[in-house]
Amino acid sequence: MHARTAWQAIAQSPLRFLTSAWPWRSLVYLLSGVALGVIAGTILILMAAAGVLLLMVLIGVIVIMMVALAGIVYARFERWRLRLVDLDPAPDPHQPVTEPGLRGWLKTRLREPATWREFGFTFIALAGLWWIDLGVLAMTLFFPFYFMSVPLEGDPNTWPWVIIGIVILLPAPYTITAWAGARAALARAILSPRDDELGAQLQEVTRSRARLADAFDTERRRIERDLHDGAQQRLVSLSVQLGLTRLGAEPGSDVERQLLSAQDQINLTLAELRSLIRGVHPQVLTDHGLEAAVLSAVDSVPVPVTVDIKVPRTDAESAAYYVITEALANIVKHSKASQASVKCRVHTDLLILEIRDDGVGGADPARGTGLTGLADRVAAASGRLRISSPPGGPTLLHVEIPCHFA
Amino acid sequence: MSFRIVLAEDSVLLAEGVVSLVSRFGHSVVEVVDTAANTAPAVERHSPDLLITDVRMPPGNGDDGLVAAVAIRAAKPELPVLVLSQYVEQSYAAKLLDSNDGRAVGYLLKDRIGAIETFAEAVAQIASGGTVIDPEVVRQLLRRHRDPVERLSSREKEVLEAMAEGRSNAAIARALFVTEAAVNKHVSSIFTKLDLPMDADDHRRVRAVLTYLRR
Repeated sequence: MHARTAWQAIAQSPLRFLTSAWPWRSLVYLLSGVALGVIAGTILILMAAAGVLLLMVLIGVIVIMMVALAGIVYARFERWRLRLVDLDPAPDPHQPVTEPGLRGWLKTRLREPATWREFGFTFIALAGLWWIDLGVLAMTLFFPFYFMSVPLEGDPNTWPWVIIGIVILLPAPYTITAWAGARAALARAILSPRDDELGAQLQEVTRSRARLADAFDTERRRIERDLHDGAQQRLVSLSVQLGLTRLGAEPGSDVERQLLSAQDQINLTLAELRSLIRGVHPQVLTDHGLEAAVLSAVDSVPVPVTVDIKVPRTDAESAAYYVITEALANIVKHSKASQASVKCRVHTDLLILEIRDDGVGGADPARGTGLTGLADRVAAASGRLRISSPPGGPTLLHVEIPCHFA
Repeated sequence: MSFRIVLAEDSVLLAEGVVSLVSRFGHSVVEVVDTAANTAPAVERHSPDLLITDVRMPPGNGDDGLVAAVAIRAAKPELPVLVLSQYVEQSYAAKLLDSNDGRAVGYLLKDRIGAIETFAEAVAQIASGGTVIDPEVVRQLLRRHRDPVERLSSREKEVLEAMAEGRSNAAIARALFVTEAAVNKHVSSIFTKLDLPMDADDHRRVRAVLTYLRR
């Protein structure tokens, strides 16, 4: 396995570690830490001093505020630098600014905890960390080289200093990398997003996925309504007209036969249209709820299915319906089951589905699109899907979907 | 015999078709309403011999038409009701069959209206207290009872299907091109195999079969 952080690199075999880039990266990390500390510290001390002096003319408030917000800029440098010793990116913890202009930016930034964590880290870094960096560099590199250079001053009796220098230089890659790793861990802990800050993004993703599912559902209903009010009614009227015309035709004549055949065609079309519409959106689900809809869907399943659904009307029934029909389709396609059962209950605010079959088992979400499609449906409804399907069966699908009473 | 009919149908095109169809057979449509909210008042005004209603109707565009019809039946259990539908799901027909024991009700897919003569026959049968259920719905009910129905011969299954649709022995005999005596024999065999009590009355017999199938 390749090391992703300085500390992981230390854990490798010494030869591999010492010949890798990690000690050098750590060295650069500490050197840049010192440089950044000195530069940023100087700038900020000057600014703070200027701010205090200017306080009397009020512009000082602005300067002091800039010092407070400087953490944002400093932290950006720190996160960027972090990549030297920690290959995984440290994302920006800040929320997106929704309001335009400087006011909006200030309002968002001053309110979020990330800004103040960065301010705190800036203080720690400038007051404490950079000179520890310097100290580590001094102990591990400056003194060894200084000792080794002592004999160069002309006194040959000082040669043992060279050995001492070499001896303390040898562990330098380890000490430098160890401190760089510790410093990086501290930077990551404070400067990367907290769970709830990451959670906001995740929540947004979940919500947009749910919105998408809702939009599909609405669109399906619209198509169903259009087909029902339009094509279906027209075809029925047409058939009635043809029927009335047929009454006027001479019995047994060619015209009567042709009209009859035309009506037969219409009836076939109507039957096809009906099953198409049912697939798009089963109106029985809206009118009579989950149990009626599932009972009727089960009729066209070639495997006998026991249906035990006792649930009130909830907003999860559409998701539950598609999960059930898709699961049954999977059973028919893959399981070789001789019977299946669907059980559904609502416990407080959770709709719980159990779909079993006595088939061959071995259903694996990693293979095949059937289970993946199911998992997607459940996920879009913020639900959970668990599956037990040992080879040889039986298979049990356990689904939980959060619901609210309709 | 001529019936006075209240028609509840929100599609103008289809309402016109049904009006001209029933008038062809000597019946008259006394009022057409296009929302389920007006069905009960229209029935109140005209005291018709038959109410024909669409399932899906305004104001809710759910099964408002069916709900209104069932509510009217609760107040007037003897009013014959024919429900026209686009849905095969038996839960719709079940609501109707539950009202006054399924006496004088019909549940037909709109596809059947085009079969003018059969439709007119169904209208007459419902208005005289019979029960008529769409063959497609009956087939769904039969599928639900795979086990006991499997014991029937294929001819018996055909007879059972026709019975559940509400046809009389004579009509079944005509449709299957056999004698009425043969139909009688099949019927008694079906009743024995399904363990149902025999009944000479056609209407009651249909309901016994439907009750059995809906179990």
